[in-house]
Amino acid sequence: MSPRTAWLILEDGTAFRGRAVGAEGERFGEAVFNTALTGYQEVLTDPSYKGQIVCMTYPHIGNYGVNEEDAESGKPWLEGFIIRELSPIASNFRAQEALDAYLKRYGVVAIDGVDTRALTLKLRQQGSMKGGISTTAADPQAFLKRVRAAPNIVGVDLVKQVTCVKPYEWSVEGSAARQGPQVVVMDFGVKRNILRQLAAQGCRVTVVPATTPAQEILARHPEGVLLSNGPGDPAAVTYAVETIQDLMGQVPIMGICLGHQLLGLAFGAQTVKLKFGHHGGNHPVQDLTTRKVDITSQNHNFAVDLDTLPDQRAMATHVNLNDHTIEGMRHQELPIFGIQYHPEAAPGPHDAQHLFGRFFEAMQAHA
Amino acid sequence: MPKRTDIKKILIIGSGPIVISQACEFDYSGTQACKALREEGYEVVLVNSNPATIMTDPEMADRTYIEPLTAEILEKVIEAERPDALLPTLGGQTALNVTVQLAERGTLERYHVELIGAKIDAIKRAEDRSRFKQTINAVGLDVPKAGYARTLQEARDIQQKLGFPCVIRPSFTLGGTGGGVAYNTEEFERIVKLGLELSMTTEVSVEESIIGWKEFELEVMRDCADNVVVVCSIENLDPMGVHTGDSITVAPAQTLTDREYQEMRDAAIKIIRAVGVETGGSNIQFAVHPDSGRLTVIEMNPRVSRSSALASKATGFPIAKIAAKLAVGYTLDELPNDITQQTPACFEPSIDYVVVKIPRFAFEKFPGADPTLTIQMKSVGETMAIGRTFTEAFQKGLRGLEINKDGWDFTGDVAPDVLKQKLAIPTAERIFYLKPALQQGLTLDELYALTKIDRWFLRQLYTLVEEEAALKAAAEPMKAALEAPPGGARQAGATETLRRAKQYGFSDRQLARLWDVEEGAVRSARTRWGVLPHYYLVDTCAAEFEARTPYYYSTYEQPVLQLDPATAPKAAAAPAEHKRKVIVLGGGPNRIGQGIEFDYCCVHAAMALRELGIEVIMINSNPETVSTDYDTSDKLYFEPVTLEDVLNIVQREQPEGVIVQFGGQTPLNLTTGLAKAGVKILGSSPETIDIAEDREKFKQLLEALHLRQTPNGTAMTQAEAQQTAHAVGYPCLVRPSYVLGGRAMEIVYDDEQLKRFAQVAFEVSPGFPVLIDKFLEDAIEVDVDVMGDGETFVIGGILEHIEEAGIHSGDSAMVLPPHTLTDETVEELRGAARRLAQALKIIGLMNVQFAVKDDAVYVLEVNPRASRTVPFVSKAIGVPLAKVATRAMVGQSLAAQGVTKEIIPPFMAVKESVFPFSRFAGVDILLGPEMRSTGEVMGIDEDFGRAFIKSQLGAGQLLPRSGTVFISVKNRDKRAVILVAQRLEEMGFQLVATRGTVKTLQRYGVHAQLVNKIHEGRPNVLDLIKSGAVQLVINTPSGRLPRADEVQIRSAATTLGIPCITTMSGAQASVNGIGALLKHQMSVKSLQAYHELLRV
Repeated sequence: MSPRTAWLILEDGTAFRGRAVGAEGERFGEAVFNTALTGYQEVLTDPSYKGQIVCMTYPHIGNYGVNEEDAESGKPWLEGFIIRELSPIASNFRAQEALDAYLKRYGVVAIDGVDTRALTLKLRQQGSMKGGISTTAADPQAFLKRVRAAPNIVGVDLVKQVTCVKPYEWSVEGSAARQGPQVVVMDFGVKRNILRQLAAQGCRVTVVPATTPAQEILARHPEGVLLSNGPGDPAAVTYAVETIQDLMGQVPIMGICLGHQLLGLAFGAQTVKLKFGHHGGNHPVQDLTTRKVDITSQNHNFAVDLDTLPDQRAMATHVNLNDHTIEGMRHQELPIFGIQYHPEAAPGPHDAQHLFGRFFEAMQAHA
Repeated sequence: MPKRTDIKKILIIGSGPIVISQACEFDYSGTQACKALREEGYEVVLVNSNPATIMTDPEMADRTYIEPLTAEILEKVIEAERPDALLPTLGGQTALNVTVQLAERGTLERYHVELIGAKIDAIKRAEDRSRFKQTINAVGLDVPKAGYARTLQEARDIQQKLGFPCVIRPSFTLGGTGGGVAYNTEEFERIVKLGLELSMTTEVSVEESIIGWKEFELEVMRDCADNVVVVCSIENLDPMGVHTGDSITVAPAQTLTDREYQEMRDAAIKIIRAVGVETGGSNIQFAVHPDSGRLTVIEMNPRVSRSSALASKATGFPIAKIAAKLAVGYTLDELPNDITQQTPACFEPSIDYVVVKIPRFAFEKFPGADPTLTIQMKSVGETMAIGRTFTEAFQKGLRGLEINKDGWDFTGDVAPDVLKQKLAIPTAERIFYLKPALQQGLTLDELYALTKIDRWFLRQLYTLVEEEAALKAAAEPMKAALEAPPGGARQAGATETLRRAKQYGFSDRQLARLWDVEEGAVRSARTRWGVLPHYYLVDTCAAEFEARTPYYYSTYEQPVLQLDPATAPKAAAAPAEHKRKVIVLGGGPNRIGQGIEFDYCCVHAAMALRELGIEVIMINSNPETVSTDYDTSDKLYFEPVTLEDVLNIVQREQPEGVIVQFGGQTPLNLTTGLAKAGVKILGSSPETIDIAEDREKFKQLLEALHLRQTPNGTAMTQAEAQQTAHAVGYPCLVRPSYVLGGRAMEIVYDDEQLKRFAQVAFEVSPGFPVLIDKFLEDAIEVDVDVMGDGETFVIGGILEHIEEAGIHSGDSAMVLPPHTLTDETVEELRGAARRLAQALKIIGLMNVQFAVKDDAVYVLEVNPRASRTVPFVSKAIGVPLAKVATRAMVGQSLAAQGVTKEIIPPFMAVKESVFPFSRFAGVDILLGPEMRSTGEVMGIDEDFGRAFIKSQLGAGQLLPRSGTVFISVKNRDKRAVILVAQRLEEMGFQLVATRGTVKTLQRYGVHAQLVNKIHEGRPNVLDLIKSGAVQLVINTPSGRLPRADEVQIRSAATTLGIPCITTMSGAQASVNGIGALLKHQMSVKSLQAYHELLRV
């Protein structure tokens, strides 16, 4: 009846006592909440969560276990995981492992029994803040000090920690037969479903490290470059901004999430940090041209401030109907566009998948 | 796109009387639609035959027609009103079906009425099984393998290919009426034959069995710009094979990965587009194979539904309201999310809690009915509970069900082999048998094999078993801690145990039992130790945005600590509240005897209080209702209506008082407990309630007032019962204490019957006396509703029953004003009712039931609360009784309200009851002292005959204009039937009868053709009925216990939809009605026009 105690403590001193699940240890990061009802495995394996401890607002987590197919990368990247109620079993025909065992296997420190709604309200009202989970701390006051001493993610380049080490071909799922355009994906922490979606369009896909210079990319003769999603503050990824500036005008470009923000920086705009970000699977986004609304998958803390554009090069194309933030933009003349949310979904609705089609068409038109 | 300006007047069709599978949810949706459309400036014309609805309040629409929902009548309404558009998707299957008829008879075209929401094509694509299948296959989705048959032979051919078991579903019927699962040829042929008969299109589908698959539902909305959102996913705990209305259902879906969920979502979006529902909501059901994940589409409702009401309450997304606005041209992005007000309605709610819906059954009312749950819906109501976890919500739901369970309780022993059988066959009790099964150590796999309930749910239940065992093991220290004097050492460990128990949804009463203490001890410890519920919001967004709508549920959470004194929130001084606050208690789940009428009264209370500027707090647990619309009150607590849950809210809100009069027996039963806890009961005092309910005190009161009562007595034992019965004389009426709806009420004629039924009554209300009254045969019953402010009392209505005494007042047809009573008798009734109200110092409402026999008036019972007749009377006299009563309860005198004299309408209003007999094959349809109707309709017209015929039409009794009438009555009725037969003959009907009746009629010169009784050889009367040669059956029961052949006749008639009259008074009224039908054209008039007549 008395499993190990764990602490979740925020930098302002707010403390939650819960049960330790997953691995032993102590982890720090920026605390964020995600409102998706399904898809905890995709969240765990999304490299964009590097540097964050993630609270799922839906209380029952782990119900359907974990399976290989649904992984968005090779391993979990987030710093810690916060749950209201971990399922004691995995019940799904595709389940290969229970969530607790999976968290242990990958060393993810997690806590359950937390009043996740109280935590969410706190983050919504006061904004994202640093936090820590400890399964080992005996003295919460001492742990609070360590939370406060932990590094902040603003201004930190987290991309280098998640990008691939060397280029590779995305070759699963029958890629050999693909005859479509050659796409180079700049890996800032790419989710596999982006690669799957490109492949589904028939593209040949090469993934390159975030630090790859423009000449090297162009040397692969891509018909399009995709700037992937990824973690942290875009302003800290200066080298990528330079690369993108060099690519502009050479080749059609699509940016997703962090890739979109980097594109915004390359256009000369500034990025801002949102109070608590958008993390979930239910955000309405309207296409300003067609007036159609997609229900979208979102995961970002930073956004492009289009008002800071130095010129008229780019224009807004999509707006989030919840808070009217700009979530899509394109170059006025060149086939370059960015999307702040996740057309690849995983987790989340598939409404925006047609945007890969838009990229595909841009590549064909440019060819 | 902005709203349309080319349409000005919109017709909305309601769903008619409450029946199994069509209940309050359509009042909720219709009311929302009326409000939404009028808010936009449209003129709304509403037609619904059900007076007990909020939607038929004259303020809700510009013109309200309380008229039968038949194509003929609707055509008359359309002719009179000339609406530009018809919105057919808010009145359930009834509205959809009648809309199809209106289109097919050319009415819509003739009067240029445009269908908005869903066009005829879309309705047919969704409703016609074969077209639906084609549509689904065309978009690459899977449906169960099936074929469609219009004859038995065609059905046989399909079955050969599919094998057994297979599922038979008739096209175009309500709630799966007539459907079933066949495991062998005999069953197969029986179900197919029945299905073909019941189908509006004489078509059944024969499908591969997907029993045991996982079942899901998605609630989808689409706008005219083709934006689609999924409002809610629902997973059924009971797998395929049990109708979703009879299943325990959970929102959101629990056992789907994101990949599987999104696949289902994609499918739902494809389906709503392919079927072509232009705007509005649809409900789509899916089955998923548990081992392969194969996804198949089961069905789609191209309209709002019971599930959409549930989804609205579960998420805070008002589907019907939004559907109405989409129908007039808005797009989802143009409409705000009511709850956040800042974000648009174009989104998909995220929730951070679990919602569990549990059906409520009434098998005890229908002895002989098969209690197995199948694809034909049998439940009469439901309760919904919200908790942070499944276990919490599940236990809250069970205690809110009001079936004498305080949570997931099981008492008694059960042998292992019995247990397995109880688990293998789905029934209302199966969920409870899982408890001993888990306690006895059956594994999840074994239980899964027996029930096909997903292991996730079974494992959750096992958690409850584990927790309960731990709580029981801690009984000694817990008892000691609970009973320790306050101020002792801090009970850290006990506090933790208690909080944990509450987090798993254990009620105080369950804990009290486990720890052998009083419920009050648990409550007081919770207060002392700070184990109090958090009230969290249903906010559509999992706290991502600020919610403006105070819609709450309770939960228990671990406390949040603050380690840094500098940032600790300063305890903000609570702003002094000057506003008056009142709590209104709702009635919980619908059941027979306590339904929409009581919800109607609660809603009226809320309206009246808000009009007075008093803050209204509603507590209820029924997701179907208008009372649980967050728009109805200032604050909504979606909670079980139990003492524990109500006291928790009282403690938090500190209202000036609680209204218990309106929600039926549920809140009334809490009166003593609330009063004991120091809560002020508004309106008539608890003493008044006590006098009315305590037989002895009541007797004394009547004696003091010189009012006549039938001889009566009470008994605590069988011996006493016999003594009392002999003292009052047979026949007598036997019933238990403290029940509503005549539960276990019986008329007994001898010692043997007395013994049997007294036993039942003892079991229904254990520990309370059984009540025994002299039964007045052939008396006329009268209901009188009275309003009072403690000093002044005004009669609301005097309602004469059509059926004679002995038939439950909830089942009897009634007439207002009385049509056969003498003026003197009516005056005597009036005086008696007023004296009773005066003596009881009624503040609010009171209902008195009288019996009149040989001009003598007897008082049968007094209820110091709203009665079932309140909405009917309110509509008939144009005065909202419950609102008047509410104002009186908060201090406004009747005089101040201008309510000073009884209103006697210059027209006739008839209330008729509607029964669920067609759902319970083989159950006798005879009426008796135990109430069995689920709903009611109202017929209004200039004279009794026309009003009566409308009430019959509304109730689905299609009295014929011509044809053949079968008459078979008991000896005592032979004289009375002669007049009836003569009238029928005069009106051109052919008569057939069995030997005895033929002879009697002949003597009076009435010709009736002889037909064989069932045992006299064939062809017999049953053959005649089944071959469609009979249009009306008049059959009064011949003995005290119905004979088997009579039951067969009545069941056959009911099943085939042939009107069947079982009382002489009913037959007389019907003949009167048929006469009116032949003499007059049917005409329609709005309620507002009738109310004009009351003003002159």
